[in-house]
Amino acid sequence: MWNTIFPYLLTGISVGGQYALIAIGYTMVYGILRLINFAHGDVFMVAGIVMVYMAASGLPLWLCLPLVLIVTALVGFLIERVAYKPLRNAPRMSAMISAIGVSYTLQNLVLYITGGLNQLYPTIPWISDSVTIFGATTKMVTVVTPVLTILLVVALVLLINHTKIGMAMRAVSRDFETSQLMGIKINSVISMTFVIGTFLAGVASILYFTNYTTVIQTSGAMPGLKAFVAAVFGGIGSIPGAVVGAFIIGIAENIIKGLDIILFKLGVIAAPIGLATFSDAFTFALLIVILAVKPTGLFGEKTTDKV
Amino acid sequence: MSNNIARKKIDSATIISAVIVLCIYVAAFVAEQFIAPTSMLFTVLKKGATYALVAVSMNLLNGFTGIFSLGQAGFMLIGAYVYGIFTVPVAERINVYQYYNGGLVQFVLPWFVAMALSGLVAAFFAFLIGMPVLRLKSDYLAIASLGFAEIIRAVMQWDKLGPITNGSNMLRLFPSFNDFNIRAADGHVVVYLSTLVPLLIAGVCIGVIILLINSTFGRALKAIRDDEIAAEAMGIRLASHKRLAFCISSFFAGVGGAMLAMYQTTVQAKGFTTAMTYEILLIVVIGGIGSVTGSCISSFLFVAASEWWLRFLDQKQMIGSFEVPLLRNGFRLVVLRRRGPNERERTSP
Repeated sequence: MWNTIFPYLLTGISVGGQYALIAIGYTMVYGILRLINFAHGDVFMVAGIVMVYMAASGLPLWLCLPLVLIVTALVGFLIERVAYKPLRNAPRMSAMISAIGVSYTLQNLVLYITGGLNQLYPTIPWISDSVTIFGATTKMVTVVTPVLTILLVVALVLLINHTKIGMAMRAVSRDFETSQLMGIKINSVISMTFVIGTFLAGVASILYFTNYTTVIQTSGAMPGLKAFVAAVFGGIGSIPGAVVGAFIIGIAENIIKGLDIILFKLGVIAAPIGLATFSDAFTFALLIVILAVKPTGLFGEKTTDKV
Repeated sequence: MSNNIARKKIDSATIISAVIVLCIYVAAFVAEQFIAPTSMLFTVLKKGATYALVAVSMNLLNGFTGIFSLGQAGFMLIGAYVYGIFTVPVAERINVYQYYNGGLVQFVLPWFVAMALSGLVAAFFAFLIGMPVLRLKSDYLAIASLGFAEIIRAVMQWDKLGPITNGSNMLRLFPSFNDFNIRAADGHVVVYLSTLVPLLIAGVCIGVIILLINSTFGRALKAIRDDEIAAEAMGIRLASHKRLAFCISSFFAGVGGAMLAMYQTTVQAKGFTTAMTYEILLIVVIGGIGSVTGSCISSFLFVAASEWWLRFLDQKQMIGSFEVPLLRNGFRLVVLRRRGPNERERTSP
């Protein structure tokens, strides 16, 4: 019983950690700009592609890793400047359509560059090694991910609570206009938010693609959407909420992937019934349920709309 | 006096546009008889008509009601599947449903009945989905409708529904646009109609949508878009109007899905991704949110650019035929967005 569930649980925790790192980008941007950054999942994919091309160009791996993170953060910064900054005073829907446009552009740009073929992600030593924990064989990255995620989240929370830029971020997310009046440089705060968010997405891409080994232009879409669901689930705007939501979604998704086998071994069902098809659908079902029952999510703040 | 106000005057703009549309139909019919049927022109016209219908149906929600829904691909998927399921010839079912012993459905509906049914089923699903989703606001609504489209896609691919939907395998061999051509007894085509009929279907549907927009109901929708609270105060029932608009939009998206199935000649759930919704959103935005003419023109331009005019950009790789035009449109979207919304912002309080 335990031996059947454990591998799925382990993968779930690992994937959950990767979703968490992406979800933080969504939740921070939403907290400050009230914008669903649809392009975030694609930035994650672009980070993977950049890594593929850097490794192929012959750069040593220890140089590639930081470079990828820097390039990804730069991409996030540029996207904000080009696509969102001009729309600062436009209705929210316009900025969202612009985000969809960026997502579309990035996907097609990568399709154009790669020719639509699966790109093999470079093998990063140590985290690609196999390990056996409690009888389940897995890659080292599965174990590293949750630990690294927690460390990064703690660092981020410290940054937000105890530094000047963090204080500015909190102020901007509380009240955009008043903080502007108080002399906070809105644009630099927003840029910083995007840089942090995409940096974490870059870290997530290294972990995620080490596990899945290939990158294609659409591989950012699904993790991106799921991370967004995680952010909504945890209460959008809240960083601990996003992390908790991401872990729950990652675990639930992977348990469902193995549910056929688990139920079969438990003797509940006589033959596999193809429940794995619903692993993606479950995430969205969860989203709709949470939106219908508690739209502010697990840890979200309650807001009231004034007429 | 009061009689004059009540009577609607047909203004010259309506007449001119009707004449233009008629000319297009005649030109399409004539061109079809004389130009080789393999010409890209007809591909563009067929696919463009399909996309125009779906784009206008999306515009009805996004542009005229102010409901930002991203579920269009899901409703198209339902439409395409319903059409496919009920029109695959009985004799071919054993080949199409090869893993499911010919499937459960063992009868065939005429194509127009199947097409209407695909719209109705899509509208029914929209009714069900609308109950939880339409209570949400702006971006939450968008993401929830997008989620529903993904759920529908997963359900359609479920193995256990295989006898009906053929699982994740494709539906094929159902009547396509080419079956509209009138053939002589020896199989030789006498009159080509494969382009005119889709144009007509799309034209009729879009005409219905235009009539709807100009009716009392349509004005109520515009009032909701401009200010929900004020509209409610004027006695418009928000929930029922929104639900009806959602169902109508999905009905036409379903019909559009059936047309897409006819255009593609095969249907597979895998193809109806969020990227398809984005493509249609792009068409709507480029054409101008809240403009039916714009949606129609931009869908033909978009399809023409991506399928035909910009093919020269990809001499080396076939897959490249696709991305360059889309890429350009993607850029254009970002550029275009910068002006439109600001104007509206200024007028609204």
